[in-house]
Amino acid sequence: MENIEKNTAVQPEAKAEAPKAPDAVAPKVVKPAVAKPVPAAPTTPAENALDLVELTQDNFRQTIEADYQAGFTFLECLTGMDWGEEGLGVIYNIENPETGARKCYKIKTADRVNPVLPSVCTWYDIANIYEREAYDFYGIKFVGNPDMRRIYLREDWVGYPMRKDDEPEKFNPTRMTNEPLADETSGLMYDEDGVNYHTERSKIFEADDYVVNIGPQHPSTHGVLHFRVKLEGETIRKIDPVLGYIHRGVEKLNEQMTYPQTLALTDRLDYLGAMQNRHALCMCIEKAMGVEVSDRVQVIRTIMDELQRIDSHILFFSCLAQDLGATTAFLYGFRDREKILDIFEETCGGRLILNYNTIGGVMADIHPNFQKRVKEFIPYMRKAIREYYDVFINNVIFRNRAIGVGILSKEDCISYGCTGGTGRASGWHNDVRKRMPYAAYDKVQFNEVVRTEGDSYARTLVRMDEILESLSIIEQLIDNIPEGNYQEKMKPIIKVPAGTYYSAVEGSRGEFGVLLESRGDKSPYRLHYRSTGLPLVAVMDHVCQGHMLADLITIGGTLDYVVPDIDR
Amino acid sequence: MMKKPKIKNIPYEEFKDNETFEQLVAELNQNGTNVIVRTLDELIDWGRSNSLWPLTFATSCCGIEFMATCAARYDIARFGFEITRNSPRQADVILVSGTITTKMAPVLKRLYDQMADPKYVVAVGGCAISGGPFCKSYHVVKGVDQVIPVDVYVPGCPPRPESFLYGMMQLQRKVKAENFFGTTNRKENDPYSLKMDKENEQILNELEEA
Ligand code: SF4
Repeated sequence: MENIEKNTAVQPEAKAEAPKAPDAVAPKVVKPAVAKPVPAAPTTPAENALDLVELTQDNFRQTIEADYQAGFTFLECLTGMDWGEEGLGVIYNIENPETGARKCYKIKTADRVNPVLPSVCTWYDIANIYEREAYDFYGIKFVGNPDMRRIYLREDWVGYPMRKDDEPEKFNPTRMTNEPLADETSGLMYDEDGVNYHTERSKIFEADDYVVNIGPQHPSTHGVLHFRVKLEGETIRKIDPVLGYIHRGVEKLNEQMTYPQTLALTDRLDYLGAMQNRHALCMCIEKAMGVEVSDRVQVIRTIMDELQRIDSHILFFSCLAQDLGATTAFLYGFRDREKILDIFEETCGGRLILNYNTIGGVMADIHPNFQKRVKEFIPYMRKAIREYYDVFINNVIFRNRAIGVGILSKEDCISYGCTGGTGRASGWHNDVRKRMPYAAYDKVQFNEVVRTEGDSYARTLVRMDEILESLSIIEQLIDNIPEGNYQEKMKPIIKVPAGTYYSAVEGSRGEFGVLLESRGDKSPYRLHYRSTGLPLVAVMDHVCQGHMLADLITIGGTLDYVVPDIDR
Repeated sequence: MMKKPKIKNIPYEEFKDNETFEQLVAELNQNGTNVIVRTLDELIDWGRSNSLWPLTFATSCCGIEFMATCAARYDIARFGFEITRNSPRQADVILVSGTITTKMAPVLKRLYDQMADPKYVVAVGGCAISGGPFCKSYHVVKGVDQVIPVDVYVPGCPPRPESFLYGMMQLQRKVKAENFFGTTNRKENDPYSLKMDKENEQILNELEEA
């Protein structure tokens, strides 16, 4: 697929070099003709450009404290950065979940040898893990974060791979020794005066704790995830997640790729949200460049996103059933999922990795059968859902294992940044489709499914109801796909104007965001993905405490994380 | 114009070539393998090749396609592969479906070591074969064959369920051409028998000298 992208990118260039050929000579392309070239770089700032306020070490903590008090309690995204000469730093996106107001800050330090920045751990629970990520990639130490261990890479890894001047491969051959896992950690903590700091050591596990490893090879961790679980009898006392078994270095790879090439990797992050992930990146680049895509594309993308959401939720149901021992339900789910894959396959050519969205449109127009097939699917799926309730969800065994298990409060969800169905099951209205409407979502009627119980059962029901909502969105759009181009004409080499941009879509399991910093080159300077799953893993420790070991499977299954998206 | 794909290990012409395997079998049979033993061999290979128990091992996208292969439509049970085992000690074949990172590599090796002989490895998808779309990454192993010996490669990103089945059928053919009694004709050498061979040789040499 990537090859095709490259080819289409190269051909128009060759044409442009030739002396202006009359239009009639140009080879006739497929039915919806390709339209006029894109206007030059926009003069007004792009719709999704971030308005970065630079803070200094002195006023940082006061500003964040004031914002937190003013209701900015959701840390949407924390991005480590390497600005080369200017030093290392971090970009923060924060949001007020009540009003939807958003702010973003940046802070940097010129010290590349021993970079130290203040932590935001005291306000946001999720910051602990985000800051460990920034430490892992950039070596930035955060004062106030008690746990500065690497998170993705091995503890004996040398260097900080995301730094522009680091050569990760030079010092890091594939080590075949077993991975060292320390029981101790350290962090920089402020002294009494709040300015100076000292190193503080702390224990993750005591010497006589009973610790069980779950994963990395375990059938119900949904991928290669590793939990170190401290038990007391059968009761969970603490969970320490060890990540990075599928850390593929996507963000670093992006920095050497051209924009059309970077698209290919988004599908492989959260492969159950392939359409949405790619949509987010395409949208981010398009908005940054000021490219308007046609209504046809918007509607097609919306339908595809919703189909993907249904696909993902069916898989959620199947895997949860499988993990809890209900094999029949698993087979039912996969039977219905194949119907969606057939629809995808006709139009996109792929089943799982779809490579459908492109910058400025979609790869190919919808297949002539598309509408017919989708219309057949909608009533079929409605019937199937009733079956799901019969075979599994209303089953007394499942109800006993799920009701009241793993309760998350709304405040916890916000503080840990658990978006998507998990947050909505706890009463947090966080649907990006409503918060920041994109594509055709402002043209359709749908309800944001929200429950208040916050337990595993509620999380399951939210997803089942979301399938119905998605079906109704598709139903409204499928007969009204407007005419238009399926692909805007783009320049052969795509360059995004310098700046920092953020766009988000509602992925299958939460807000999937793309933070793009461009310096006007043909590849991004920094491309960071807001993972939908990382907050869900971070919250595991909090939500599992006091539950039985067997409940860990139910809770993990209903939180619904996908590991390659966490590790990136 | 059709481009011939380049496939590691098997030359393109031999890809659909049943003869090579049959010849191999014939050759082994000719080289003094006893008639009764031969029949038993075939019986054992027949049984083995139709009840390969895979380990549930999936790291990423390809794993979802593996699940689809196990589910209703593609029904891997038709071939006797449906009994997926969660413990490597009970599994015969490991389908490496998904990217293997450098952090995962020692874990994979350990899983492989824990499996009981005879064991087989199928590398599924571009990532397991060569690193796939991530081959330039600092944290990805460029092909699992650097870590464990691979029997069958199934290309694709992800391979379709049909390709999975085709790959597994290739593995069946490979299993069927295997000796159970007498010498083993597997690719890698069994470290234990190697050691014994050496020791035997030494004893023989000493005897001769004496
Ligand atoms: S080969 Fe492709 S589909 Fe398979 S794990 Fe790698 S990226 Fe995913």
